[in-house]
Order: sequence, then C-alpha cells, then structure tokens
Amino acid sequence: MQQINILLASLPDGILLGFVYGLAAMGLTLIWGVMNVINLSHGPIIALGMFGTFFLFTRLNLNPYAGLIPVAIMGLLLGVLIYVIAVHRVINAPHLSSLLATFSVNMIIIGLGTAVLTTSPYNVDFSAGSFKLGSATLLGTRLIAALVAMLFTGGLYLFLYRTRPGKFIRAVANNRSAAELMGVPSTRILALSFGLGTMLAAVSGALIATFFPFNILSGGSYELKSFVIGVLGGLGNPIGALFGGLILGMIEGIIPAFLEQSWVPVIEFGLFVLILLVRPSGLFGAKK
Amino acid sequence: MKLWNRYSGLILPVLVVAALAVWPVITGKPANRESAFTILKAVALASSLNILLGYTGYVSFGHIVFYGFGGYVGIFLLTEKGWSLWTAILAGGAASGILAFLLGSAILRLRGAYFALATIGVNEAMRAFINNFELFGGPTGITLNFSVYRDFGGAAHALQTSFYIGAGLALLALLLSYIVRTSKFGLGLLAIRENEDAAEVMGVVAPRAKTWAYVLSAIIPGMVGVLFFFKNGNVEPHDAFPLHASIELLVMVMLGGQGTVLGPILGAFAYQGMRGYLVTSPIFKDIQLSVSGALLLMIVLFIPAGAIGWLRHRVPPLRRVLA
Repeated sequence: MQQINILLASLPDGILLGFVYGLAAMGLTLIWGVMNVINLSHGPIIALGMFGTFFLFTRLNLNPYAGLIPVAIMGLLLGVLIYVIAVHRVINAPHLSSLLATFSVNMIIIGLGTAVLTTSPYNVDFSAGSFKLGSATLLGTRLIAALVAMLFTGGLYLFLYRTRPGKFIRAVANNRSAAELMGVPSTRILALSFGLGTMLAAVSGALIATFFPFNILSGGSYELKSFVIGVLGGLGNPIGALFGGLILGMIEGIIPAFLEQSWVPVIEFGLFVLILLVRPSGLFGAKK
Repeated sequence: MKLWNRYSGLILPVLVVAALAVWPVITGKPANRESAFTILKAVALASSLNILLGYTGYVSFGHIVFYGFGGYVGIFLLTEKGWSLWTAILAGGAASGILAFLLGSAILRLRGAYFALATIGVNEAMRAFINNFELFGGPTGITLNFSVYRDFGGAAHALQTSFYIGAGLALLALLLSYIVRTSKFGLGLLAIRENEDAAEVMGVVAPRAKTWAYVLSAIIPGMVGVLFFFKNGNVEPHDAFPLHASIELLVMVMLGGQGTVLGPILGAFAYQGMRGYLVTSPIFKDIQLSVSGALLLMIVLFIPAGAIGWLRHRVPPLRRVLA
C-alpha cells in the first residue's frame, strides 16, 4: 500500500519530467538522424540554456517562459556557429573525428563556463503554483514545462513535414548526395539541422532551470539521459525521442517505489546497453 | 644489422619510457617522480587503448571502465582477502580481461557510433552498480589499511616501489602494443579497421580477433588501476570510472597518432605535459580546459592522423623508425 502511495506521488512527476528529457533527446537524435554525428557538446548547451533563463530572469526580470524565445534563438545561432567551425570539416570523416570535434567544443564551453560562472549552484527562484491530482501534488512549473515540450515537438513535426526547409532536412537525412543533385543546398541545411538540435537542447535546459538548481556541469547528466532516450526511441527518430523520454521519466517515477533511488542509473544504463544489443534501431525504429 | 632492422620500431618507444623511469631517480625529487608516474600511467593506458582504437578501429568511449573495475577487484582482494600487491595486480588484470571478454562477445557486434555509445553506457552502468554494491563499499568505496604499506618498509618506500612497477607496466604495455602491431594477428586487426567485411572474406575471423583485441587492451588498464589505487590509498566509484578520463585517453592516442606504437606514448607525454603547464600557468589556469579543447579541435580538424601519422606520411624514410 505504501508503495502505491509513493508510486502515485512520483509517477506523474516522472512523466512530466519525461517530456522535458524527451525534448533534450530530440535535439541529439535530430542531429544524429541528419548527419550521423553524435553531438558530445549537447550537455554544455543544455547548461547554457539554463543560464540563459537565469540571466534573463534575474537581470531583465523576464518571465522564464517569455525568455524561452531569446534562449531558443541563441541556441539556434550557437548551433550554426558550432557546425561551421567544428563539424563541417569532419562531417565525412570517421566517427572518431566528429565525436572528438564536438567533445572539444564541450571542453571549450565547460572551461570558459567554469572560469566565468564557477561551479557553485544557481537557482531560478520562480514558482507557478501547484495543482492537486488525486493524492499527488504537481508543480506548476513542471506541468507548463511538459506542455511547452509538447508544443515544441508539435512545432518540429510541422516544420519537418509541412515546410520547405523541413522537407529539405528530411531529404538530406535520407540521402545527402541525391538531395544535392536535386538542388538542395546541403551545407546550409546541415547547419540549420545542427542549429535546430542545439536549439532544442537549449530550450530543454531553460525549462529544467525552472525546477532544479544547476551549474555549468549539470548538462552532463541530461546528455547521458539523452543518449539513453535516443536509443530507446531509435536514433534519428525525433518523435520517437519524446516517447523514449516518457519511458525514462516513468522508470524514474516507478523505481523509487521499489528500490533505492541510487539504483535508477544502474537500470537506465543497463537498459540502454541491452537495447543497443537487442534492437539497435530502438523501440520505435530509427530514422523516419 | 638484421636485428637492428627488425626491431628498429621498438627503439624510440623503449627509450622514451626508460628516460621517464630514470629521470626522477637522477634528479631525486619526489615531485618529479609523481609527474613521471602520471605520464607513465597515461602511456600504459593510451598504448592499451590503441590496440582497440588504433589497430582495430573501434572507438571505445568508456575504456576507463577496465581501469576502475580491475582496480576495485585488486584493492578488494588486497584489503579484504589479504592478497599481496603482486597477486592483486595480476588478479586485477585478469578480472578486467574476463570482463572485456564477456562484454566484447556482446557489444563488439555493434559498429561505429553505436559501439561508442554502448561503451559509454557500460561505463556509466558499472559506475552506478559499484555505487550500490555493498561488497565493494558502495558510494564510499574501499580505503586501504595503512598496514599494507608495512611490507614495503613504510609508505614512502611503497610509493617508490609503485613507481617502478608503474614503469614496468608502461614498458609491458608498449611491448604488447609492438608485438600485436607486428604479428599476423595484428595484421588481421588492421584489415578489420580498413574494411571489416573484406577482412572476413580474406579469412580473418573478425568476431574472435576483435574480442581478443578488446581483451588485450583491457588487461593492462586493470593492472594499472590496482597499482594506482594502491598508491592512492583508497578507491571510490567517482575516481574509478571518470568518463572524461576515457576521453582524455582518446585525445592522447589521437594527438600522437592512432595505429602507431610510438604515437600514443608521445601523445600521453605531450598531453600530460601540456596539462601540467596549463594548470600551473598564471594566464591559462582558469581556462585550461578551454585551451586544451581548442588545441584538440585544431588537431582533429587539421592533422587527423596525429603527429606520428603526419610525420610518417610526410617523411617516408622515417617510417622504419616510427612504427
């Protein structure tokens, strides 16, 4: 009985968080799907999104949800910049090159971030009330965050399937050389895709900042979660990532009822390796 | 003369390691001994990783898992079961080798980035598991009883002995790397790196060769782990499985030149030297990570073959010496 009570309290929370994890993973998996690059600078960009919200909120008194727009734009531009500087030259090289190139971006951001912002925890002191759902209490910030994540997923879907640049992205993901022959400006499309991926990372960071304290290193654990989710949902399948995020959120909600909290990562990463082995295309199919 | 031609590739690596081992003895400063130990440890780990990364072409992002796991097993046997340091080091290496064999049979089926992701997952799963594993002390880890140093004539002598063992392990790692590189088995690995399917058609039994390459690349990190944590006095999950250390190893191998015997050694030397300089320099100490990152980016973008690879490509006569 006690377990059911814990479950009722933690499961809805886990599901709401799952949407935000899914959003972060969507960025990672989009980049993988389009250009077969695993972006190891994903974590620091999530952390930069957190700091974006923090500074907009404390310095400019901007509502964190209004602040999402400048954070998203900055994330997009940063991604395009990273693509042009670090990724474009190694896009056809073996995987090690692109992994290390994005990891060096990770080191640069973390190094500068640690020097400027230190590693002491920051906190966005913002509350959106709370709601009662049966016996469980849901924080308003988490509910809004889940809604925003759904909104962004819907937006991404519409963008990819209904607009011209979105169709170009899917064409490049499908077959880059064929797309080039059809007149798709592939370099610009690749830069845009990378930018979209980092934009999603920055937005998810901005949302996470409204309910957890953070520092410049915090992005790392969400990056690892994004790997797990990306593989669960199928690498290269952005919509699958949202479901992967939900699964991970549920796992995080369910496990504490039966095992100690510290077993959560064991199960998460165990599941991750298992799925890679048994079904590397993920539960919902990779790419498309 | 014939002998010289045959082993010319081994001269430089052995000289570098020997110089590192002798340097602190000549200067007699403990501080030099510590920096030399750090470099020798990096040499041993990077040379081992090179067997998998450089020769076989599989990118392991979690190679440090063998260092941590072997270290844990060895320290556990040393403190709880009262084994001697020597047998504990051997047991740590064996434990890592067995882990690599079991893991390798499963995850080496994955190729490219999927394999890299799986190794990250293995490292994180292992860290989280050890964190919960009461036999190994859970989150607080295992602390060595001070009396284990008594057999070596006190802690100071134990440090000295550890240094020589470390130098021995580095030498062992580079000999292993050289033997693999020049053997028929190594030729099979190189063929897998270039094109796995073609290698299989040519008669290389790829799954078996890859698994053995993985095992060979895991044994010495396990032994180094035991030695390091013995010297350190304790072992914790956080110190045993640092993901960033795995990536530093990749950087060292890349820096010197993957797939060469000398490359990882020079890379380890250069990377640790540069880090030592940046951490202490007044200008760079706050942003040392960024400076290392920028340098890494330059290397990846412009000299992807690493220093030795570049030299071999540009100056063909050097190929004989720079194996």
